Amino acid sequence: MKLRSKDILGLEYLEPDEMNLILDMASDMKKIVQSNMKRVNYLQGRSVMTLFYENSTRTRVSFELAAKYMGANAVNISVSSSSVAKGENLIDTGRTLDVMGTDIVVMRHCQPGAPHLLAKNIRASVINAGDGMHEHPTQALLDMYTIREAKGGFEGLKVAIIGDIMHSRVARSNIIGLGKMGAKVYIYAPATLMPIGIEKMGCHICSSLQEAVEGADVVMGLRIQKERLKKALIPSTEEYARFFGLDLRHLAGSKKDALVMHPGPVNRGVEMTSLLIDSDQSRITEQVTNGVAIRMALLYLLAGREEN
Amino acid sequence: MKLLIKNGTIITRDRTEVNRDILIEDNKISRIGEGISDAADQIIDAKGLAVLPGLVDAHCHLRDPGYEYKEDIKSGSISAAKGGFTSIACMPNTNPVIDNESIVRTIMEKASHEAVVNVYPIGAITKGLEGNELAEMGSMKAAGIVAVSDDGKPVMQASVMKKALIYAGGFGLTVISHCEDLNIAEGGSMNEGETSTRLGVHGIPSAAEDVMVSREIILSEYTGMPVHIAHVSTKGAVEMIRQAKKRGVLVTAETCPHYFTLTEKACEGYNTNAKMNPPLRTQEDVDAVIQGLKDGTIDIIATDHAPHHFDEKNVEFEMALNGIVGFETALPLALTYLVRPGILNLNQLIDKMSTKPSEILKIDKGDIRAEADADLVLVNLDEEYTIDTNDFLSKSKNSPFGGFKVTGRVKYTLVGGKIVYQDR
Repeated sequence: MKLRSKDILGLEYLEPDEMNLILDMASDMKKIVQSNMKRVNYLQGRSVMTLFYENSTRTRVSFELAAKYMGANAVNISVSSSSVAKGENLIDTGRTLDVMGTDIVVMRHCQPGAPHLLAKNIRASVINAGDGMHEHPTQALLDMYTIREAKGGFEGLKVAIIGDIMHSRVARSNIIGLGKMGAKVYIYAPATLMPIGIEKMGCHICSSLQEAVEGADVVMGLRIQKERLKKALIPSTEEYARFFGLDLRHLAGSKKDALVMHPGPVNRGVEMTSLLIDSDQSRITEQVTNGVAIRMALLYLLAGREEN
Repeated sequence: MKLLIKNGTIITRDRTEVNRDILIEDNKISRIGEGISDAADQIIDAKGLAVLPGLVDAHCHLRDPGYEYKEDIKSGSISAAKGGFTSIACMPNTNPVIDNESIVRTIMEKASHEAVVNVYPIGAITKGLEGNELAEMGSMKAAGIVAVSDDGKPVMQASVMKKALIYAGGFGLTVISHCEDLNIAEGGSMNEGETSTRLGVHGIPSAAEDVMVSREIILSEYTGMPVHIAHVSTKGAVEMIRQAKKRGVLVTAETCPHYFTLTEKACEGYNTNAKMNPPLRTQEDVDAVIQGLKDGTIDIIATDHAPHHFDEKNVEFEMALNGIVGFETALPLALTYLVRPGILNLNQLIDKMSTKPSEILKIDKGDIRAEADADLVLVNLDEEYTIDTNDFLSKSKNSPFGGFKVTGRVKYTLVGGKIVYQDR
């Protein structure tokens, strides 16, 4: 089977069979990542462009390596947010890349829906590497891969996501993706960081951290950004850590083999204590490896869509 | 010059008369009756058509001067005429801002040459729409403004709004308030709710509108001066206005067709043609707006005609400019969504789209009677068609209503006895 759309704009637009295809493919790719011969020619002659309108090291490098491990020509473009302010037109930028022969554009943008606009206007495939507060599908897919690898599947799993749900595209993509695959997602956040109507996306809003982690198979923390203080959403990172930070003692209520996850980078001692981050149950570094595998799988599947 | 309209059904706020003839001499209605057989230079057969007082729009943006690539006085007035509007009041957020007498005179002068409908400028409340110092309302009134507003921007300082109400009231001018507490809106781009959460778009809470509506009601009540609430979109605002009217506060209110036809769901797929301010709300709000129209809480329907260039809408959702064009869809939408389902009868609709807006703007329009200006619109109330934005005569096509099936088409629009639009 093949992916139905030329683009990966969000998990909202992927069916479970497509997600399974991606996860299965990522298993094969992970072997390449972990081998001593990280070079295959699956994407030889193809061009992958990373177009980042927001700073990112992890995601960009992850995509770049994924492309290079498969022999693609990988080019990185960083566009400062100031040029967006100057009125540089996204469609024009995209069309320029298109006619230079780009096959896949990986884009991160501060504006929700920006990848949709790009995808509608160019021939190349577009992978959304994070659009504002909307979605971050490749992160959720790597999270799902990490979960499936450890748990064997998703049906009936309880996944607790704790942190700044309001501003988190990672949370939204995970809620959608895990929900479609049969897991139950429980979320918990400071009340000011819980967006209105999020439960309509198919998750359960918890009224305490205890409720969220109770019997959980996966406990996931989200990054809290300092700028939330300035907007009067939380009073201090100390208070956040006290009431919303995850500690080893919280794992007492969850399943014995619960996974500890975080999309990174972690603010140690804020979202999670170091003891938890570095515990045996933590999959935080594994997530990074899996990210490369997932991105290889996506690039491969998109590049192969038009071939027989 | 004599023009005779034969066998039409006259519908005004106060009466419905079938099979009537209207004789127009020069720019006025000279006689109304049955079987008028005077010789005329031109005869319009209005059999099967409704003859309404020309529609009056108390809220539009003509973008002239400053943004003529979106619209200008001529194109805007032609678009208005196609929609059945014969008098339109344009907001002052032009460049330069309509905040002094000479700009008002410039616009009046230009309109007298180029506009095919009556154009009435609305002056700014504050200089440069900056919310600080009062604009010269008295001088602007002497030049022809019909109201004052900082529309597009709220007057954030309550003290300034209080003084504006008192000062404008002294000149017999109504203040039209764009109700939005910017501190609560926090730069959002659509209604805060289930859809904004899913789309990851920064939301504008309905409370941003409600807080400001409550402030204006309190200030109007305190000062005893009238205030007109622009583009009401929330259930909370409707309810507060309803209660205020019961107490006798001098508050009037308008809504726009998009607030009784569409919800936030129209923004799905990052549809920038469904982006405006205030934003489309929820079904609950739509229902409240409809109820407000029905029980008289909401006095009038305005278009908030807000043309923007294609390139200004063909961008990321949060970067797209706010507003939609409205002249050419307002009447058919009102007929289809309010009159057809029986929420308003035709007389009530005429009140809300012609008579009452004339009263709020204090212009002598909105009725069909002998000696009145011959501003009329002839409508086939039964004609069904599908809205095609390419048919718009406005320079801009930014509308979420393309593809909507509506009933009711304007056949003729007359301003001062002159046919300014004819459907062919």
